[in-house]
Amino acid sequence: MADIRLEEVGHRYTDDWAVRPMTWTWRSGRAYALLGPSGCGKTTLLNIISGLLTPTQGRVYFDDRDVTSVPTAGRDIAQVFQFPVLYEEMSVYNNLAFPLRNRKYPRKEVDERVRRVASLLGLEEHLGRRARRLDAGRQQIVSLGRGLVRSGVAAVLLDEPLTVVDPALKWTLRSKLKEIHRDTGHTLIYVTHDQTEALTFADEVVVLKDGAIVQSGTPEELFLSPAHEFVGHFIGSPGMNMLPATVVDGEVRIGGACVGRAAGLPLPGERGAPGSTGTAGSVITGPVPGPRSAQAMPISAGPVRLGVRPEFVRLGGSGLSARVTGVDDLGAYLLVHAEVDGHALTAKTAPGAPVSGEHVRFERAFLFRDEVRIGEVVA
Amino acid sequence: MSDGRQKHNRAWWLVLPVVVSVAFTAIIPLMTVVNYSVQDIFSPFDRIFVGLDWFRDVARDPEVRGALVRTLIFSAQVLLIEIPLGVLIAVCMPRRGWTVSVALVLVALPLLIPWNVVGTIWQIFARGDIGLGGWAVNKVVNFNYTLDSADAWITVLAMDVWHWTPLVVLLAYAGLRSIPDPYFQAAQIDGASAWATFRHIQLPRLRGVLTIAILLRFMDSFMIYTEPFVVTGGGPGNATSFLSILLSKIAVGQFDLGPAGAFSLLYFLIVQIVCYVFFTVLTRSGR
Amino acid sequence: MRRLPWARTVFWLYAATLMLPLLWMFGMSIRPNADILGAFSLVPQRVTLENYETFFTDSTWYSSYLNSIVYTSMNTVMSLVVALPAAYAFSRFRFAGDKHLFFWLLTNRMAPPAVFLLPFFQIYQSVGLFDTHLGVALAHMLFNVPLAVWILEGFMSGIPREIDETAAIDGYSLPGFFFRIFLPMIRSAIGVTAFFCFMFSWVELLIARTITSVDAKPIAATMTRTVSAAGVDWGLLAAAGVMTIIPGAILIWFVRNYIAKGFALGRV
Repeated sequence: MADIRLEEVGHRYTDDWAVRPMTWTWRSGRAYALLGPSGCGKTTLLNIISGLLTPTQGRVYFDDRDVTSVPTAGRDIAQVFQFPVLYEEMSVYNNLAFPLRNRKYPRKEVDERVRRVASLLGLEEHLGRRARRLDAGRQQIVSLGRGLVRSGVAAVLLDEPLTVVDPALKWTLRSKLKEIHRDTGHTLIYVTHDQTEALTFADEVVVLKDGAIVQSGTPEELFLSPAHEFVGHFIGSPGMNMLPATVVDGEVRIGGACVGRAAGLPLPGERGAPGSTGTAGSVITGPVPGPRSAQAMPISAGPVRLGVRPEFVRLGGSGLSARVTGVDDLGAYLLVHAEVDGHALTAKTAPGAPVSGEHVRFERAFLFRDEVRIGEVVA
Repeated sequence: MSDGRQKHNRAWWLVLPVVVSVAFTAIIPLMTVVNYSVQDIFSPFDRIFVGLDWFRDVARDPEVRGALVRTLIFSAQVLLIEIPLGVLIAVCMPRRGWTVSVALVLVALPLLIPWNVVGTIWQIFARGDIGLGGWAVNKVVNFNYTLDSADAWITVLAMDVWHWTPLVVLLAYAGLRSIPDPYFQAAQIDGASAWATFRHIQLPRLRGVLTIAILLRFMDSFMIYTEPFVVTGGGPGNATSFLSILLSKIAVGQFDLGPAGAFSLLYFLIVQIVCYVFFTVLTRSGR
Repeated sequence: MRRLPWARTVFWLYAATLMLPLLWMFGMSIRPNADILGAFSLVPQRVTLENYETFFTDSTWYSSYLNSIVYTSMNTVMSLVVALPAAYAFSRFRFAGDKHLFFWLLTNRMAPPAVFLLPFFQIYQSVGLFDTHLGVALAHMLFNVPLAVWILEGFMSGIPREIDETAAIDGYSLPGFFFRIFLPMIRSAIGVTAFFCFMFSWVELLIARTITSVDAKPIAATMTRTVSAAGVDWGLLAAAGVMTIIPGAILIWFVRNYIAKGFALGRV
């Protein structure tokens, strides 16, 4: 096991960066979720780590060992793909033994290791079966087992492994993965575009957009303190409300009405910032302009966008004037649709709470400029 | 074959056009052949029923047996050479860039030439005096396919390999291209050698296309007629006289409809039996 | 994927070997006959286009060339039209006798053409299809329809049945679904099948020659009759040979991407 360190790693297939140059450390033993929309570079990043791709620039380190030019087979990475990749004509046992036999392990050790992994994954009773006779979920477990069976696995990479598994099995599999992570202590990097999957699975969620990491943190941090409009929008259901606003004399105004004072806020990942992930060394690079040490620095006047999660919109008798346009009763909660200054706004309230009122207040609102968070709204 | 398809007998309507067209092109002619095979025909108005006599005669005919053995050996050699060679070439074929198109077109060219033209090309190409191939071989060993039986056989075999290996290449290439990338990536991660990758990923996934390739190559090589007819005419002697050449000699040359009919049916039967065996073995081996 | 270092060399060596007889034929087509039968030479001594000139000016040559193109195209279209619904039925439904029917269809691909020569001659003459394009196209369905059903069925089985069901829920009738959704989805299959149908019909001589005499005579048959008092006209024969490669080469150019994209055949 090792820390996996990317230094100025970037990759492009054509002229555009698929993965923008980034410096980033995946710390040993943690469970990461790599979250982002399709085509944001998740799989490319994963393949760079596993060595299936050599990055256009930058170096990859496992601890202090430079593995940039080490082929996949020499990196001791386990990787699970979107659909089960099996040696179909082999039994489960032979599938698990395959990586070991390729590496010329002695027969006895092969047997020991295969049985150990099989018992870890709960595959003992299936060892003699043809791999392709298993259901999709078990097949994925077998593909995972082929990675785990080797010694000194540096990390387990999972590329949307539950896509082909039917929903009922997904929960079982996900808890199985967590269990394996707990038992083995391997670093896990789990690629997904499904926020629920990411949030329930990971110690730390890394959000990727257009080939760059826009934020990383615990699920809670991403929810409470999004550092990028995309994170606000992508995480949470429904996503964050975004309203055009202006900062004038330190006041945040929407359509002329003041909603509070603007306070500068450094980005997470920087020293002493609220909502920082605490992963020292995780420095965000790439297209993240904006103030770098703007603690409590006033925000310059001009247009901004105000982001507020539906959970933190309160309907009531005071605040910004608003007009309720509709209500969706989703059982567990209500979604109240309103209009503020001609812009749509959604609020999430407990069922039974009053939906009347001509005003809204925001409990946690952030200010964004060029999609990046620059501050928050304080009373 | 019972994987969740719905039971639906009206589907017969969809199959009907095929049944009608194949009935017209296959069943009616076949019945005519059956009709010939059990009669001795002197003229359209003068014929007698002879039962299975023709079948017995044909089955006992040493000339037919000789041709059958030759045809079987030829088909076996064709399969043993063309299938492995085709797979090898398909594995070696380019996968990216403009060379893919060039490679595909070049490989497909021999398939698109009318069979008698193939024969003509080789008739010339293998000639020691005016053909490049024959001329080159003649530099090393004495070679003349019109006089020497072995040379004639080699020429026909080389021609078939030249002509038909491309079909195996195209099918195998298409099969290889349908294997998703992660299979190769997984093999890399598992440290598989090129051979292990071929043996455990590519080959198993080629089973479908190779079954088709083997069956098509068996059928067509077992029925080969035009090309050897043009090149060697079945000779020298009857060194390259395959079943189909013998058959058309009896049917068209001597106009012996009865024996030709019986011969045809036995011929057809043998092809079907061998194909059925191949088909069963190849599909079973995958289960 | 990882490539073997010698793969490229092996392939291009093979391709070059493959081209040798063809280049030789091309070389012959641009030589005068005297040179062909004269001394052996690797490159033509005198280059002439007279063989091609003869091909394009003599109506027996170019009209039989057109004949071949016409009946081959007709056969390709007819085989596809007949095979598409059948392949769909085989891939989607179970019906009485489907298994037997499928194998029976395949057995027709196994019929040695020599078996059918005489009956074809008699039958086509009695129904008035003798020496017509339609007649040859029809006769070639004997081996092309089974093949087309076979290939198409393989492709169609690879398309999830859920798509049919979704379309049914969206209110498509079976024909509507088939033409508007399904056919566009399997156009690569149609391309590949059309290629194989065209190919097998284009190259077949035995049957085509038996059931034609003048009006629908195939180019391949014309080529068997170049022996004159002066012997075989090798140059003209080679020129005609070169011409016969062209339609197929054009077709393969159109479907090359479908083949390059890959297909695995389902049923077997």
